Amino acid sequence: MVFSAPSSTPFPSGAITAVSGTTVVVRGDDIDTDRIIPARFLKCVTFDALGPAAFADDRAELAQDPAGPHPFDRPEHQGASILLVNRNFGCGSSREHAPQALMRWGIRAVVGESFAEIFHGNCLALGIPCLIAAHDTMLDLQASLTASAVGCLDLERLQFVAALADGERSWSLELAEGPRSMFLSGQWDATGQLLAQDQALINTAARLPYLRSFAA
Amino acid sequence: MSTATLYDKVWELHRVADLPGGGTQLFIGLHLIHEVTSPQAFAALKDLGLGVRHPERTVATVDHIVPTLSQARPFADPLAEEMLATLERNCSEHGIRLHGLGSGRQGIVHVIAPELGLTQPGMTVACGDSHTSTHGAFGAIAFGIGTSQVRDVLASQSLAMGKLKVRRLWVEGRLQPGVYAKDLVLHVIRTLGVKGGVGYAYEFAGPAIEALSMEERMTLCNMAIEGGARCGYVNPDAVTFDYLRGRPHAPSGAAWDQAVAWWSSLASGPEAVFDDEVRFDASTIAPTITWGITPGQGIGVDETVPTLEQTEPDERPIAEEAYRYMDLQPGSPIAGTPVDVCFIGSCTNGRLSDLQAAAAVARGRRVAEGIKAFVVPGSEQVAAAAEAEGLDRIFLEAGFEWRQPGCSMCLAMNPDRLEGRQISASSSNRNFKGRQGSASGRTLLMSPAMVAAAAIHGRVTDVRELLASA
Ligand code: SF4
Repeated sequence: MVFSAPSSTPFPSGAITAVSGTTVVVRGDDIDTDRIIPARFLKCVTFDALGPAAFADDRAELAQDPAGPHPFDRPEHQGASILLVNRNFGCGSSREHAPQALMRWGIRAVVGESFAEIFHGNCLALGIPCLIAAHDTMLDLQASLTASAVGCLDLERLQFVAALADGERSWSLELAEGPRSMFLSGQWDATGQLLAQDQALINTAARLPYLRSFAA
Repeated sequence: MSTATLYDKVWELHRVADLPGGGTQLFIGLHLIHEVTSPQAFAALKDLGLGVRHPERTVATVDHIVPTLSQARPFADPLAEEMLATLERNCSEHGIRLHGLGSGRQGIVHVIAPELGLTQPGMTVACGDSHTSTHGAFGAIAFGIGTSQVRDVLASQSLAMGKLKVRRLWVEGRLQPGVYAKDLVLHVIRTLGVKGGVGYAYEFAGPAIEALSMEERMTLCNMAIEGGARCGYVNPDAVTFDYLRGRPHAPSGAAWDQAVAWWSSLASGPEAVFDDEVRFDASTIAPTITWGITPGQGIGVDETVPTLEQTEPDERPIAEEAYRYMDLQPGSPIAGTPVDVCFIGSCTNGRLSDLQAAAAVARGRRVAEGIKAFVVPGSEQVAAAAEAEGLDRIFLEAGFEWRQPGCSMCLAMNPDRLEGRQISASSSNRNFKGRQGSASGRTLLMSPAMVAAAAIHGRVTDVRELLASA
């Protein structure tokens, strides 16, 4: 298997069979959307500026702390594309700003013990797979990957493979069949599917009386 | 499974395709946009290199962030100014009609689309705002959508959706004097719960519904979403057609008769089958008011705050949270609860008949000492019509402030907001914690006439007492 860190990371599109890159670990249960992107950043006109604001308050707090800096501020995690988290990640608000902030910071996949349902759905709509790891698997993953190891999340085989100093290791993960097949086939992209039906759309419009000025 | 209801007929007409992912692709007849949920959607279009598929079926206005004291540009809040400027730029780039400030047609999106005749029976209507259910009053299928769906509708004039079940809410009897559509819908939500309608479209029908004006029907459908129903509707009838006739975007001439025939054919007839039905009697409903932190925590103004024993077991945790947050004692009467701020407005109750009902209470009376009371018309047209009738004078003489149109303190994205633990009597639609701009602010939802009564006495008051002594 060949590993390569993403040089530039375009936003997800089309079929997604694997995500490779370096990892960043953010520990803790119940990390809510307000922590992922504080509410004051919601009054905005584009999601463009949200990337640097990901975890803004947590990062500011840890910058002053002996335990700091926040993983998102550590040099070895710059350019990371796989986020490793714990339980109930992304709980709180339904707005899309949280996954947008993570995506714009560079995240292309998340592995966690569990996810809030709406967050999971919002990530799906952006083409960001959220995979589940059992508790012990996650602790092992987080412990093994603190260095900037390059790994590959394989959606076909549902496993995470990483090249570590002592050789290649793999961990098995879970993803419900529905979202998995949507990623593998590219169907997570609602816009693309809708645009593919343009002729049917034209036919539908043609039979709506209010679009024909009610002419008989 | 429902068949031959208005919902089924409109769904079938707008069905474009069945999608591989399992959903149905639905054509959207009218897409309404505003400054808060559209900018990111336009940015996403740009990222994808896409344009707007049907700019002529897309209509914009500005409502959520506009100040209601001075609407001079640029706004004092630079973020609000940027949001409006972005909307203006996106609309002009994509050839979308924008009913901006001072156009005579600006206002809350769910107020202006009906008054311009844009919303019509048999349409599918989508907007990035959950109270889009309002438009169902016309016999349209109308629902709120999220930002990524706004992008999808801009790009493809369609949406991936799952079909809802249809519940008929059959309402007998008549609303009594002093009881309004707001009381009816608060009563429905109190009865069926805030999650009761999840997975359903609500069809409101029966003699009490047929007797409602279009503005009352809009109030009713507006809050279907607060009962969990993504859309609510009323079958189109003569009341609907009378309202639409002569509006700027309504059909005219020969097309009018064709339209009425088509609209009439869409109504759920005797052959319609519903997934289920719930019956109500309008004549027994009292003015209804929320005491808690969800729109389902409502009681008649003559009732007491329910005790835990009176509360269903699964509702008890939220009831306990509400007692603490609202600082109200279980078992105590809601009437007489002191209020600080009185807000009349919003897409639920910011239309002319709402202001008339409130003015009838305010006329010749004075707002109680220390109460901040203000009226925010739902649109520039509502403001003009109200001023032509002298309603602004009645409110001003009674000590209310008369503001410029917008969403205002419904969600407090503009400078109108509660401070600290202030408690408001509000004609809006959500009493969630912190909804009105202060993290600890408290909201009592009620009809506009009840808000006016609360303003006069400085405490929650049964409006029927004031109407009797007028
Ligand atoms: S008045 Fe309130 S509910 Fe209605 S559109 Fe404005 S913010 Fe939304």
